[in-house]
Amino acid sequence: MPKPHLALLAALAAAGVIARCSGLIDPYYLDVLTIIGINVILAVSLNLVNGYTGQFSLGHAGFMSVGAYLSAAVSLFLGPRLLGPDPSALGQGLFFLGALLAGGLAAAAAGWVVGIPSLRLRGDYLAIVTLAFGEIIRVVFQNVDALGGALGLNGIPPYTTIFWVLAFAALTIFTVTCLVHSTYGRGFLAVHDDEIAAAAVGLNPTRYKIVAFVVSAFFAGIAGGLYGHFRLTITPAGFDFTKSIEIVVMVILGGMGNTPGVILAAILLTLLPELLRPVAEYRMIIYSLLLIVLMILRPQGLFSLKLGRRKPAGD
Amino acid sequence: MSEFFQQSLNGLSLGAIYALIALGYTMVYGVLRFINFAHADVFMVGAFLGYYLAKLVPAASLWGGLAVMAGAMVGCALLGILIERLAYRPLRRGPTLNVLITAIGVSLLLEYSGQLGFGAAPRTFPVLFPQRDLRIGGLVISSTQVLVIVVAAALLLALQGIVHRTRIGTAMRALSLNATAAQLVGINTDVVISFTFGLGSALAAAGGILYAMNYPSIDPLMGVMPGLKAFVAAVLGGIGNIPGAALGGLILGLVETFVAGSPWSTYKDAIAFGVLIVILLCRPAGLLGKFTVEKV
Repeated sequence: MPKPHLALLAALAAAGVIARCSGLIDPYYLDVLTIIGINVILAVSLNLVNGYTGQFSLGHAGFMSVGAYLSAAVSLFLGPRLLGPDPSALGQGLFFLGALLAGGLAAAAAGWVVGIPSLRLRGDYLAIVTLAFGEIIRVVFQNVDALGGALGLNGIPPYTTIFWVLAFAALTIFTVTCLVHSTYGRGFLAVHDDEIAAAAVGLNPTRYKIVAFVVSAFFAGIAGGLYGHFRLTITPAGFDFTKSIEIVVMVILGGMGNTPGVILAAILLTLLPELLRPVAEYRMIIYSLLLIVLMILRPQGLFSLKLGRRKPAGD
Repeated sequence: MSEFFQQSLNGLSLGAIYALIALGYTMVYGVLRFINFAHADVFMVGAFLGYYLAKLVPAASLWGGLAVMAGAMVGCALLGILIERLAYRPLRRGPTLNVLITAIGVSLLLEYSGQLGFGAAPRTFPVLFPQRDLRIGGLVISSTQVLVIVVAAALLLALQGIVHRTRIGTAMRALSLNATAAQLVGINTDVVISFTFGLGSALAAAGGILYAMNYPSIDPLMGVMPGLKAFVAAVLGGIGNIPGAALGGLILGLVETFVAGSPWSTYKDAIAFGVLIVILLCRPAGLLGKFTVEKV
């Protein structure tokens, strides 16, 4: 069995063990661990687009919201009918898995719809268009009364457990790593390095960008589903531009196209606000200063060890 | 019918403000080829400078209002120059993406420092200029709206004059055509870029005050939406093109006002982004922009 698959199995087993012992862990730490897991999924999936493929998406929270809303709607509206009054643990688990996947697929579909027109654009324009789509998705959710309008959805069943979060975090890391290191996946790096050269050797840059976008949106949707069943209430305002920025900061801080770095950054940026609760109002100021100072002094990210391995796509 | 004219008037005054902000985006894009995300927040700072300066002059007087506006424009021009000097200049030779990220950083920094410094709660913008409503038939023309349109038009004409009739304007146009060649003929690019940022930021400050006069509630995040919409206006007219930015602003202001008056009003914020997506797909160079073939 190849190494990554073993690692995935080990991670899943570890998730199972931690879930078994979750009764022993302080609930506060368990909550923090859950948020870390969700943020790792978000950051690692965004890294596929913003890091490996070299595009700049500012709409990740939009895809997250699609997944959150759809999976929450599935549990709220279909759950009582499918599960009956007192469901078995297995039935409930399978149902939750189905709801998460439905949310992920819906987000992937949204990614596809958004990606096809916008990925013909580059750089700044792509950033703005993804931002615009993220905002449009939010406005639409605000106006759909069946999904609670501006108040959002409440009373979502608390299905998210530490097992699901860790398992999906492992699965996200596994998928992105394997994808990027596969023969096919080298195309992402080629598109990142030089789109014209990639097209000249017969790769289709637009198609690579769309694949990256769809995969990344799928995992954002899963993360959204986990988030909704963890917080038990979701509102359109919770998935605004600031949320997207937060994920982008994780990717940039960790180093674009550097999965271990991005994981570390996601953990760090989840813990920091917990530690810095007394100075919570400075959080966004710290984030923004970090962005500026990093770009000027260390554009390859905080946790990048292999300096100068790949030159940035210059222009 | 009178409702149609009323809405057109509202749309024109909103569009004039969008046009003023859009000019800053377009000018910076013209010389540096990047989108200055922080521009929307300079607009916000302009409104707040107006708020504080207004305490120093008599309320509702023409000269006091003009003095406040001039003060805010100078303040924001300095802020714009400072931002360029500290955050963007060190990255001028780097990849565009890094500058973009820095610009987002500066934007967030201004917004959240604003929340700390000015407070997050909305404030009521004072009355700067004397107000009087004109009634013609069923039509109500407020003096604020007229003032907004007149000031915006005057600033647009002044800008057109600067860009086409002065030495520094010529240098700006040279820089946007070809930066290296501009340097070769002895243009000091740093000075020209600083000037461009100052000019754009001054217009944003004027836009901020005019906006606050029309919608007299200001808060540190007030720039985000108008900023995005003004950016859409700049793209709509053809980014890098000054008359295009004005045209795009007016179109967007009118469209938005008419949508807001229709049963679809809750979707008014989504409309601007819809317009952006359609224009980028059908005519990426914008209405007045020239389509250029990319050379490899």
